[in-house]
Amino acid sequence: MKKPLRNALFGAAVAVIAALAFINAGTASETSTAKNKLALIAPAAPGGGWDGFAREGQQALKSGGVVNNVQVVNVPGAGGTIGLSQFVQTPGREDALLVTGGVMVGAIELGDNPESMADVVPIARMADDYAALVVPADSKFQTLNDFLEAWKKDPGATSIGGGSLGSIDHLLSAMVAKTVGIDPKDVNYIAYSGGGEALTSLLSHTTAAGMSGYNEVRDQIEAGTVRALAISSDERLEGVDVPTFKEQGVEASMSNWRGFVAAPGTTDETKAAFIEIVAEMRSTAHWQGALKRNSWTDTFSTGEEFEQFIKDEVATAQEIVKDLGL
Amino acid sequence: MEQLELLMGGFANALTPINLLWVLIGAVLGTAVGVLPGLGSAMAVALLLPVTFSLEPTAAFIMFAGIYFGGLFGDSTSGILLNTPGNSSAMASTFEGHRMAKSGQAAKALATCAIGAFIGGLIATTLVVFFAPTLVKMATVFGPAEYFALAVFAFLAISAVVSESVIRGIAALGIGLALALVGIDGPSGTSRFTLGMPQLFDGISVIVITVGLLALGEVFHIASRIHRDPAATQIEAKGRARLNLADFRKALPAWLRGTAFGAPFGLIPAGGAEVPTFLAYGTEKQLAKRRNDPEFGTTGSIRGLAAPEAAANATAGTAMGALLALGLPTSATAAIMLAAFQQYGMQPGPLLFERSGDLVWALLASLFIGLVILVMINMPFASVWAKLLSIPKHYLYAGITVFSMLGVYAVSSAILDLWLLIAIGLIGFMMRRYNIPLAPVLIAVILGPMAETELRRALAVSEGDLGILVGSPITVTLYAVLAAALVLSAIQHLRHRRANRQAVLVP
Repeated sequence: MKKPLRNALFGAAVAVIAALAFINAGTASETSTAKNKLALIAPAAPGGGWDGFAREGQQALKSGGVVNNVQVVNVPGAGGTIGLSQFVQTPGREDALLVTGGVMVGAIELGDNPESMADVVPIARMADDYAALVVPADSKFQTLNDFLEAWKKDPGATSIGGGSLGSIDHLLSAMVAKTVGIDPKDVNYIAYSGGGEALTSLLSHTTAAGMSGYNEVRDQIEAGTVRALAISSDERLEGVDVPTFKEQGVEASMSNWRGFVAAPGTTDETKAAFIEIVAEMRSTAHWQGALKRNSWTDTFSTGEEFEQFIKDEVATAQEIVKDLGL
Repeated sequence: MEQLELLMGGFANALTPINLLWVLIGAVLGTAVGVLPGLGSAMAVALLLPVTFSLEPTAAFIMFAGIYFGGLFGDSTSGILLNTPGNSSAMASTFEGHRMAKSGQAAKALATCAIGAFIGGLIATTLVVFFAPTLVKMATVFGPAEYFALAVFAFLAISAVVSESVIRGIAALGIGLALALVGIDGPSGTSRFTLGMPQLFDGISVIVITVGLLALGEVFHIASRIHRDPAATQIEAKGRARLNLADFRKALPAWLRGTAFGAPFGLIPAGGAEVPTFLAYGTEKQLAKRRNDPEFGTTGSIRGLAAPEAAANATAGTAMGALLALGLPTSATAAIMLAAFQQYGMQPGPLLFERSGDLVWALLASLFIGLVILVMINMPFASVWAKLLSIPKHYLYAGITVFSMLGVYAVSSAILDLWLLIAIGLIGFMMRRYNIPLAPVLIAVILGPMAETELRRALAVSEGDLGILVGSPITVTLYAVLAAALVLSAIQHLRHRRANRQAVLVP
């Protein structure tokens, strides 16, 4: 019986090493250049939104032959701010990009983090998706106007379910409220830990309406279990039969964007190299497929345009959080 | 019987020699990751998912089914042998399972688990195949008031496990609730007891608490007794991995009861596998008391292990149903799988069966195949695993410490978690020292936050009107059953006392 035991132990050991390799590989070397070896740091647990984004990026970089060795490193916690604060502590790092996005901006404003988006070097905005205001199919609200009327009359009784506090869902609800003349503090926003839970709360008629990522509810809309009243994009999206808020006279728009930033103190030369890498990644067949598969809108932008965009996003988030009194 | 036909089609797609190889690899890898403390099924799926990306869809799914259930088969193994559950869903199996191992029935306990996991998974998957669309309606009748009622119900139903000493039980509940309070409060965004450390914003992970209390606490305890009572800590790995007819007769009803608890919970979001496993464990404990089963809580009862194990896997089976038919990820594992399905252009949800029927039926068939393969490799392995206990104690417990630390660090890559693990391990040690039960801590950690959040959600939606808590048939039924059970147990208690008093008076 000695041998099977040894085999079992060996198997377990192999699994441990494999498991650790998956998680922690790519954190060690500091000297190599990004073209040879690149770590994509996803500030979320495996399976989360940013993790999926990072893994699509990894596949694209690998399959397109852009970077030889790409690893995804997960640093989960607190809306991505744990990942950010760790990243900020490795200035000048040339072999890693941090995945970031709108959720992190909201989380930074909501918590009292010493680190902010100003501490990192923006590289590129890659892909966006949008939030939609949905109601159950049997709801009395047929249009956005129906909903807004009831909402203005009694914001307390017209509860909105959505993602966690500081998420796009939350900030957008407050933004729409302010635009139509409701004090954001009066919004009865019920926070759920994920889109799935928020959707169930809607289907069980716990909340009057839901603010949720359009992709998460797209199938439910098509199947007719929920009705979309408005979407948060600036203009109508191709192939999406949902009117925007703006179209319906509500000046509110917001996107759940995702992109990459580099460590503080990155030289202009390295920055240019990073931009080149992500531009090449964007042109790979895998990335184009990923955009389609995940229904992401390609909003690629770099340089000053992206820097200005982040500044605007931070200012918007700050204002909303102040309005919310949080 | 249209489903049966479609399922057979699925089997035809899935059953090729190369696919069987994939499911075997998936099952072995899944079990191996599941065995590691802290790394349960969710972790197994997340870590091994990228491996499946390069395969064609059917092959990927079948490997995936092996990983999914493999993690669940594996996570109770370490719980039984080393008192270190691989995942929170295996917590309830650990109590009686480890007792069985300590009394020399490790192999039998592992076999009970393997069969229990098989039965639970099998029944749940069958339910999904035939009733998925009907079952998922359950998910949508549960609002916050219903969840709160469920949490209250579970709290009281499980209080059976704290019944030895009320004071000690409540103290343990208090410790659990205090640990669960740490972190950002969901509904208001306020941070509680985080000491300003961002690492604590997401709270203390259940994994850290479980592994710390059960595994490290045990290690400290053994270390403190090492030259004092060697006999008490001696674990003998005798016994065979075979259940005789008597065992079977005991375990079978428990497996079925466990499945009955587990299957509905897989369908409701935020339920998770922990609540049904504890409910199943609590029920077995009550039943054991009624039939004066001396094994329960001493040498380990096969029923007390069989029920939670079947419950855990039944939850996993129906969770898959909820994911497929409603597109609702009801557990962490399911959320990760949602991402996986999207890789293949499969969007779980109401339209899935129409849109990608072939893939779905191949996946469902794969789940069955995965279960069969797993029970086939786990039964013979049971006696092999049990041999782990013949490793000299100082090596074994040193190994447990290393693997616990590794597992916890692998989940979060945070040094702080390791310090927390040691601190909670010391708490676990002190609790053992002063005979405070550990189960209530874990129950409080799971149910406390759920009860709190759901109560506040319910009141937020109703704008403070308490009426919402008893505003639906489900809540009223749950509270009524609860009240009836309380009255009944009070009457029983009184009768018992009167009988005792008379017994004292008579002589």
